[in-house]
Amino acid sequence: MQSRAKKLLLEMHTPRQWLALAAVAGIVLVAVPVLNLATTPTSALRVSDHLIPLFGKFLCFALVAVAVDLLWGFAGILSLGYTVFFACGGYTMGMYLMRAIGRDGVYRNELPDFMVFLDWHELPWYWRGFDSLGFAIAMALLVPGIIALVFGYFAFRSRIRGVYFSIITQAFTYASMLLFFRNETGFGGNNGLTDFKRIAGLPLHEQSTKVSLYIASGFALLLGYLLCRYVVCSKLGRVLVALRDQELRVMFAGYSPLKFKLFAWTLSAILCGLAGALYVPQVGIINPNELAPSKGIEMAVWVAVGGRGTLAGAAVGAVAVNGAKSWLTAAHPEYWLYVLGSLFIAVTLFLPRGLVGHLAVVSRRITTWRKQCKLPRISIHNRP
Amino acid sequence: MQTAENIHSQPTVGVHSDRGDHQGVSTMVWLDDVTVSFNGFKALDRLDLRIEPGELRCVIGPNGAGKTTMMDVISGKTRPHSGKVYLSREAIDLAGYREDQIAMLGIGRKFQRPTVFEDLTVLENLELACRGRKGVWHSLFAGMSGEQRDKVTAIVERINLSSQRHDSCRQLSHGQKQWLEIGMLLAQEPNVLLVDEPIAGMTHGEAARTAELLDSLAGAHTVIVVEHDMDFVHSIARKVTVLHQGRVLAEGRMDEVQSDPKVIEVYLGTAPEPSSSASDQRPISRWYQNGDLDSMTA
Amino acid sequence: MVSPDQPGGPGASLQAALAQLASGDMAAIKSAIVAIGELEDPVALTVLEALRERRLRVAATGQVLIASSDGATLREVISGRSASEDLESLGEIAMTNTVRRALRASVARLQIASPDSAVRRRAAAVLAKNGPPAALVEFLRAAHDSESDPATRVNLALALAHHDLSSEDRERRLAAIRSIARAEVRTFKPQLEAMVGRGEGGEYSESDDEIRELALSALSAVERNELAGRIVRDLVYGLSLASVLVLAALGLAITFGLMGVINMAHGEMLMLGAYTTYLVQSEFAGRVPDWYAYYLVAALPAAFGVCFATGAVLERAVIRYLYGRPLETLLATWGLALLLIQSVRSLFGAHNVTVPSPAWLSGGYTLVEGVILPYARVAAIALAALITIFIAALLYRSRLGLHIRAVTENRAMAQAMGIRTARVDTVTFGLGSAVAGLGGVALSQIGNVGPELGQGYIVDSFLVVVVGGVGNLLGTVAAALGLGIVNKLLEPATGAVLGKICVLVVVILFIQRRPKGLFALQGRAGQ
Repeated sequence: MQSRAKKLLLEMHTPRQWLALAAVAGIVLVAVPVLNLATTPTSALRVSDHLIPLFGKFLCFALVAVAVDLLWGFAGILSLGYTVFFACGGYTMGMYLMRAIGRDGVYRNELPDFMVFLDWHELPWYWRGFDSLGFAIAMALLVPGIIALVFGYFAFRSRIRGVYFSIITQAFTYASMLLFFRNETGFGGNNGLTDFKRIAGLPLHEQSTKVSLYIASGFALLLGYLLCRYVVCSKLGRVLVALRDQELRVMFAGYSPLKFKLFAWTLSAILCGLAGALYVPQVGIINPNELAPSKGIEMAVWVAVGGRGTLAGAAVGAVAVNGAKSWLTAAHPEYWLYVLGSLFIAVTLFLPRGLVGHLAVVSRRITTWRKQCKLPRISIHNRP
Repeated sequence: MQTAENIHSQPTVGVHSDRGDHQGVSTMVWLDDVTVSFNGFKALDRLDLRIEPGELRCVIGPNGAGKTTMMDVISGKTRPHSGKVYLSREAIDLAGYREDQIAMLGIGRKFQRPTVFEDLTVLENLELACRGRKGVWHSLFAGMSGEQRDKVTAIVERINLSSQRHDSCRQLSHGQKQWLEIGMLLAQEPNVLLVDEPIAGMTHGEAARTAELLDSLAGAHTVIVVEHDMDFVHSIARKVTVLHQGRVLAEGRMDEVQSDPKVIEVYLGTAPEPSSSASDQRPISRWYQNGDLDSMTA
Repeated sequence: MVSPDQPGGPGASLQAALAQLASGDMAAIKSAIVAIGELEDPVALTVLEALRERRLRVAATGQVLIASSDGATLREVISGRSASEDLESLGEIAMTNTVRRALRASVARLQIASPDSAVRRRAAAVLAKNGPPAALVEFLRAAHDSESDPATRVNLALALAHHDLSSEDRERRLAAIRSIARAEVRTFKPQLEAMVGRGEGGEYSESDDEIRELALSALSAVERNELAGRIVRDLVYGLSLASVLVLAALGLAITFGLMGVINMAHGEMLMLGAYTTYLVQSEFAGRVPDWYAYYLVAALPAAFGVCFATGAVLERAVIRYLYGRPLETLLATWGLALLLIQSVRSLFGAHNVTVPSPAWLSGGYTLVEGVILPYARVAAIALAALITIFIAALLYRSRLGLHIRAVTENRAMAQAMGIRTARVDTVTFGLGSAVAGLGGVALSQIGNVGPELGQGYIVDSFLVVVVGGVGNLLGTVAAALGLGIVNKLLEPATGAVLGKICVLVVVILFIQRRPKGLFALQGRAGQ
């Protein structure tokens, strides 16, 4: 049994990679919180308070990127509709947070403020149960999962692939956005859900709550990454890659492409839901703008920048792009779209493997070059 | 070389139903009055074809005769617009099955162009093809069994790719890919092998070994081969079916078929001169198709 | 009636009334207006209309002056002499709501009494729509009986019906309801509904059975008309939405359908076309105002040229390196879209610009009561039809089209035949973009023009191409028409948003039903 587990771990990562992962996890999960909580505000090592929710947001985005990469990088399916699942997770968490406001809202009413404003007198049926955090978290995973399952079943069954799938998912996002913009849908319309006060009894404005949420996001990312890594290293992962290459051959080898695609798609949707649920309490708002088609396609660019089919690269890409975005939108807001637009083009034209993918290529070249130096030279012709 | 008569006498396994046991002869694959049309063009026109268990059947015919479509119909890639396909023994009507289910019923297929998973290694390709459970959960948790490992090792040696077993398939030559695909077919352990143009892009030596391999598979498996290379067909053929415009034009031993005036007319466009003998009359030994041209230039 | 030979006849009474008008006392003004309304003097109508249009002025001498409609000249009412006073310095005649009401009645009375049948007809139509002032009822009854023009007569009867429906006299009510039933107009719907409804006690609010029956049949006729009108309107609006979709999707049918390039910046070509129209329009307004009415004629080739050039540059610079990698193309072109949007934002500002339609395109044709067909939309439909024909001819009748089809079908073979495939690619892509640019010209005439104009169309137009069948021009047009019309027909029942969602669901279900016909190539090519 022990050897089996060891073998599994070695299949997932080389020892050196495990070490690197542990180091990154240590920095993210231990060093940053400690540098925030245990240093004085004037200290040079201080991670300032406002950075914690920002980093937490990045971690949520990184989890989304990992989920996107599972499907795009391995199964070759690019969905532009992950925003739907992200928003679903966000809205379910938002619903809990709205209920947790209690009577502390502007109208001092049991109902959420926007319902009082719309002159509603009782909670819609689908808001029931959201008084409980556990229920909300369960829903944040279940709802995206079920939506993905149903949508994916119909899409994959009719063999919609490639760009058609991307287009259909984008249309799906667009339609959901329109739906959530309506007041009648019961999710706060334009303004969405906001003005949250507390989560599980802890006030959201307290730094300790923020750090806890940040750490939770870090753990979610770590678990999500390891889960996806396990999947792609299993035989299922090889079936996914095979599907990307030769769907026909997979089919005639006896695998049902529908089921394998549905599995990967639903798993990634659930991870997005989880990311959304962690994102909302940290940024304090969820509204239909999260569903804009542009957001969905931006998620694809995080993965492309980091490197498709690397999982870790996707997470790096998400953090890098969003870090750049945060800095630039504060410093030179008018340039952000130019940078983002150029990034889309540059990555596809010059960095098709992404940052991490190219790093890997470079390091592989260096090792082969070293080996060649040791070997007597025979011929260098026909070497790519 | 075995003759067609030998195959008839081979024992067949399993229960024979009314359909499978047609006219006293067991049938492994039966295309019953199958029609397939693409936008009005009839690729198969009320085709009736029976393949017996353990048989090695070569299907030849000019371009557009419906050979590949026939394989598509058997493997479920194309659905017949009318007519039925039965997989024998239990006379299973294939209409109710998806492609992957048909594969699990024991029909393996090799495509005209080699289709292997280029981003996976040779071993991984074979592992995916291996006979066994192919569900989502199973593949999430299962590793390879020792038995499977032995089988894969044996196949790798048989298809001559031992030294490249850990290489990505992208680096293989066209012929090697063909071999790998055949190897994947072997790993799948199907009852029926549908082999579409196995030797395209192979050298003479490789082709001869392929012929040997297919020959050794017949008997335990039912093999249907589509090929344009007449020498190759000649070297393996026991029973040959000539398709033309979606119908069976002729069926029988190679030399019988080759001397059939209808066949000669279809291939040459003229009726044979009565003086020349059948064996001399093979001016076209190969029927080039797009795929062949590609593979030759590649 | 005042007879002309009486002492102090019309001229005199007009003069007296004008003096009252100038007095500034509200009661006096009102009675003056009523008095003028009862005159048979043709000048009377001129005076009252001028008053209504606020062109009547009182000079320091107490004389009443009329300004011409452009305000350039002033002339004395009775003598007709032109006056030299400055328009701005003169006092207007103050009015209260009661005075205005009296003025409306008097104008209507004078118009109905007018010898000109066209004036009478117009006035009767207004009265039939809005109902007559109570003071005018008896006069109108007399006018109705003596009226010879049938259209005017019907309208006068309807005008009276406003009043008579609530009359105590059963015959009056009966006559009123009959004229309503004959005319089948919508104006009376609330009254008719009230008549056939029940009061609080459960008794009918109209006690007379015969009248109620008539009201019921009139109501159903009205409702039928309304429904027909609504359907016609939705069809027309659907058609015009469809024409925009056709223009947006035609370009895509070329770039996506023929070349297989997913161009997410396609919507931005619409936007560029619209902004080109804006530029041409403002250039015309600034430099050659005399030719302003024809700026669209110049905008069409300009938009075509700008978008063709942009498309060709994009193809050369970016898209050509991404052939055969559709998902990467999707991302890169999205990036291009962002760059284009942000550039336009920097150049023209983030807010919408207005592109006024030339005079001959503004306004519309009234199809049915309440259903107006704007000329701009008709023009968009016509433009879509013309461009479709142009593209079809170009692709299937010209040498360039032959080359384009050859390259898309078999690039290697086309190259072997000596076709310069790279150049054909550039031209094809430019063409697809240029068609979108023309769509942008049409869009500028029927909607707002802003940097994000294109984003709203990209999802729809991809759906159109996908439903219509990739590479199928006729299918694209059919799908655009279908989607546009279905969208508009669904809207009244479900609302715009749900309508969109319904359409999306329908599209997905449609793809379920016909996946082969839309996506997978059949036979050999599908392998």
